[in-house]
Amino acid sequence: MDQSKIRNFCIVAHIDHGKSTLADRIIEKTGALTDREMQNQVLDNMDIERERGITIKSQAVRMVYKAKDGEEYIFNMIDTPGHVDFGYEVSRSLAACDGAILVVDATQGVEAQTLANVYLALDHDLDVFPVINKIDLPSAQPQEVRDEIEDVIGIEAQDAPLVSAKNGIGIEDVLEAVVHKIPAPNGNPTAPLKALIFDSIYDSYRGVIVFMRVRDGVLRKGMKVKFMATGAVAEVVEVGYFGPGRFIPADELSAGMVGYFTASIKNIQDSRVGDTVTEVAKPCAEALPGYKKVMPMVYCGLYPADTAKYPDLRDALEKLQLNDASLFYEPETSQALGFGFRAGFLGLLHLEVIQERLEREYNLDLVTTAPGVVYKVYKTDGTSFELTNPSNLPDPSEIDYMEEPIVNGEIMVTTDYVGAIMQLCQERRGKYLSTDYIETTRAILKYELPLNEIIYDFFDALKSRSRGYASFDYELKGYERSELVKLDILINKENVDALSFIVHKDGAYERGRKMCEKLKGEIPRHLFEIPIQAAVGGKVIARETVRAMRKDVLAKCYGGDISRKRKLLEKQKEGKKKMRQIGSVEIPQQAFLSVLKLDEDN
Amino acid sequence: MKEVSLYIHIPFCIKKCLYCDFLSFPASEKVQESYFNALLHEIDSYKDKLSGYSVKSIFFGGGTPSLPNALWIKRTMDTLRSSYNLTDDCEITMEMNPATEAAEKLNIYRKAGINRLSIGLQSTNDTELKKLGRMHDYDTFLKCYEDARQAGFENINIDIMSALPGQSIDSYEKTVRRVVQLSPEHISAYSLIIEEGTPFYDMYGDEAETEYRTGENGDSSYLPTEDEDRQMYELTLKILEESGYHRYEISNYAKKDLECRHNITYWTRGNYVGFGIGAASLLENVRWNNTRVLASYTAYWNDNIGTYEDIICDREELDQKAQMEEYMFLGLRLVEGVSISKFEEYFGIKLIDVYNDIVKNFTNEGLLVINGDKLGLTKKGLDVSNYVMSEFLL
Repeated sequence: MDQSKIRNFCIVAHIDHGKSTLADRIIEKTGALTDREMQNQVLDNMDIERERGITIKSQAVRMVYKAKDGEEYIFNMIDTPGHVDFGYEVSRSLAACDGAILVVDATQGVEAQTLANVYLALDHDLDVFPVINKIDLPSAQPQEVRDEIEDVIGIEAQDAPLVSAKNGIGIEDVLEAVVHKIPAPNGNPTAPLKALIFDSIYDSYRGVIVFMRVRDGVLRKGMKVKFMATGAVAEVVEVGYFGPGRFIPADELSAGMVGYFTASIKNIQDSRVGDTVTEVAKPCAEALPGYKKVMPMVYCGLYPADTAKYPDLRDALEKLQLNDASLFYEPETSQALGFGFRAGFLGLLHLEVIQERLEREYNLDLVTTAPGVVYKVYKTDGTSFELTNPSNLPDPSEIDYMEEPIVNGEIMVTTDYVGAIMQLCQERRGKYLSTDYIETTRAILKYELPLNEIIYDFFDALKSRSRGYASFDYELKGYERSELVKLDILINKENVDALSFIVHKDGAYERGRKMCEKLKGEIPRHLFEIPIQAAVGGKVIARETVRAMRKDVLAKCYGGDISRKRKLLEKQKEGKKKMRQIGSVEIPQQAFLSVLKLDEDN
Repeated sequence: MKEVSLYIHIPFCIKKCLYCDFLSFPASEKVQESYFNALLHEIDSYKDKLSGYSVKSIFFGGGTPSLPNALWIKRTMDTLRSSYNLTDDCEITMEMNPATEAAEKLNIYRKAGINRLSIGLQSTNDTELKKLGRMHDYDTFLKCYEDARQAGFENINIDIMSALPGQSIDSYEKTVRRVVQLSPEHISAYSLIIEEGTPFYDMYGDEAETEYRTGENGDSSYLPTEDEDRQMYELTLKILEESGYHRYEISNYAKKDLECRHNITYWTRGNYVGFGIGAASLLENVRWNNTRVLASYTAYWNDNIGTYEDIICDREELDQKAQMEEYMFLGLRLVEGVSISKFEEYFGIKLIDVYNDIVKNFTNEGLLVINGDKLGLTKKGLDVSNYVMSEFLL
């Protein structure tokens, strides 16, 4: 394959600027897909993604484009996840490309993720050219946006194609720009095989399907290959390209090509994103740079609502992990919730996606405990460990000090809301770094924020305090020492382990108070009074009481129509089934979930 | 001979009360006439089916059965008499709205054979009555009550309600004491329930759903707080029992031997057949409800349009499980409780074998008590009856 006729690229954009729609149009225009085959958004083929309008797992499509110069070009378009949780996966997808199309909304202009994604692309030495989308909207300001791109990002934008991906306007210009502005690959086809893994999926018939970009050399059917980081070795069964919505087998993939291979690999852990594939018989000297093993950032307990469904949950997690090397889980036991799992995720969105898939695809009713981050605990005996479950925190007397993860956050916001956002960051224990004005009306606020302050509802708070104008991006900075305490919740004097969590000591009272209030609303009355207490280190800092149930309403049971009475009793009985017994108190499962949403009422 | 009770539903009212979610509505005389014609057809149509039964009680409920021309009630009574075997001491109750009263109506009822009145007083406080959307005031009620006695009614029930908007404990106590003064044979005391779909729900729904009501004593815009509701309930018990009434059912009090037989039929799962729209029936372990649609009902009985199936809904043959559940949760409404031996007699299995754990737990908690052959709620159990009853669902 002549490398000069190959273009490997991705599309980057701020959320909702039209990335997926543009991808659809490009696929359409290259004629690789008939109208009938054309699903609304071909690249996003998971239900959840579609509903949320974001792309989670990266995928690639190979297209054939006949350019105005009369030549046929192969386009490999690699889709990247659109959420900060998947930052590492994004970086590996970018590393598999030679250039990127930057989509900017003609009505919104440059936003936080626009910048973050462009910088990320530039960091990977990609050639980036801008495309201005949504020019059909009455509020479109293409010239202003062009100027802004040049001013803020510093890339040439005066000849940026003006498009409406939705209406199919200007797509031809984009395709020509891909040919002319994105460099062709320049790998060495005769060197030893060196291919970058940017994704993989599990197929129950073929095992792991590895998605990769061949840098140098050739990958052939029957070749014995090695995964350099994991050390796994396998024999290639099939190689091929990504047709739109399907795999197209081929004999080989040569330098510059993007495609897949299968090799009867059973464990997705063997083919990690970012790893380098080489030939066993003729290995390359060194692996491609940039590989790292992704570590979960957020942990929570996952328990089946029906305790008998524990094996089902285990099977479901096993199956999900086949496709998701970054999902971590191990069994744990809670006094309150019984047998379940402690699961680790890349971020809160990843957690929610997994939770939804478990509920939707595997029909499981889950009780999830409050998500927490990984803390480092240094004990007085000189040892240390990473804490993922608050219940495992040793007695305060055994703790020398603790560290928590800190992120570098960038918030782009219109100047009207700078005050409100700064206040929010302060409330979340943010450390102010700087304010950069990118134009007279917009600023980038830089803060160091503890990760545990942003995993709950930071995005929501940000949106509501800026009327939706603020956008946020972050990356992990490292660990810092912090005054952390474990907040315990006692219901009727019994510690409910599933409700414990780690919090900064200054926020403990507020958090404890809110938890108690929320739980009071969730726990039905019993025949006795139930104290709900929040405690730190055995000292009660907040308390509410669920009063004793003393009297039912005396309803009229009219004309012998007992159906209403029966319904009322059935409802009462049904409600009881969904309860967890803690000591002599029955707690609705809902209560465990509701404490995750403490700030909702604000 | 087997026994049956009959219920007659008269769905008409002058205007709907703000808290009412029963099947009732204002209607023209023409509509009323057509309804009664249909009703008479329906009553007559069951005479073969019920020929082996003697009727031990009849209850005219509504709506406001005292609203239509009293002659319709007379005609209905005539039909009932000609179609069924009424026992000599058949209890025949008529619900009475004081606002519809006229002395001569009462005389017609009495002559037609009605021997018990149930008068919806609700409160003796005129402001509270107004807030409920009732059409009468306390004086109107008093006149109605006196006229009833005058007409020869010797068995009268008075309905009162607690937890009304703007009601204070004092004003409730006044209502109870005034009612006791009148010395009716029977008193029903309910709490106001804010039902969805009523104007009250829009006015007070949010407040009623808050567990801890914030209303202040006497503030007219609030429902009484839970504690006040509770005190009203305690007051009812105390005053009525001091005054010679005994509580025989969760919300019903009577002088000795003057319990409402018709009501007891419901709680003991006796046979009953309901006539008129929306009326409920239980006959030999089959439950059904009549259609709630007036037009379908009159079309079928007057003009033979449609099928019998069209005007019957929710027909259900109760299996043993449903029967046992009902036996328990209905029977427990009676203060004396359910009969343990009759349970075994009906179902061929011991009550304790079916409900062992529940009975054990609740007797330990002091909510249920076994007294000879009777298993009943304790005073504490009566307070939280729904909580206990729901456990008897299998």
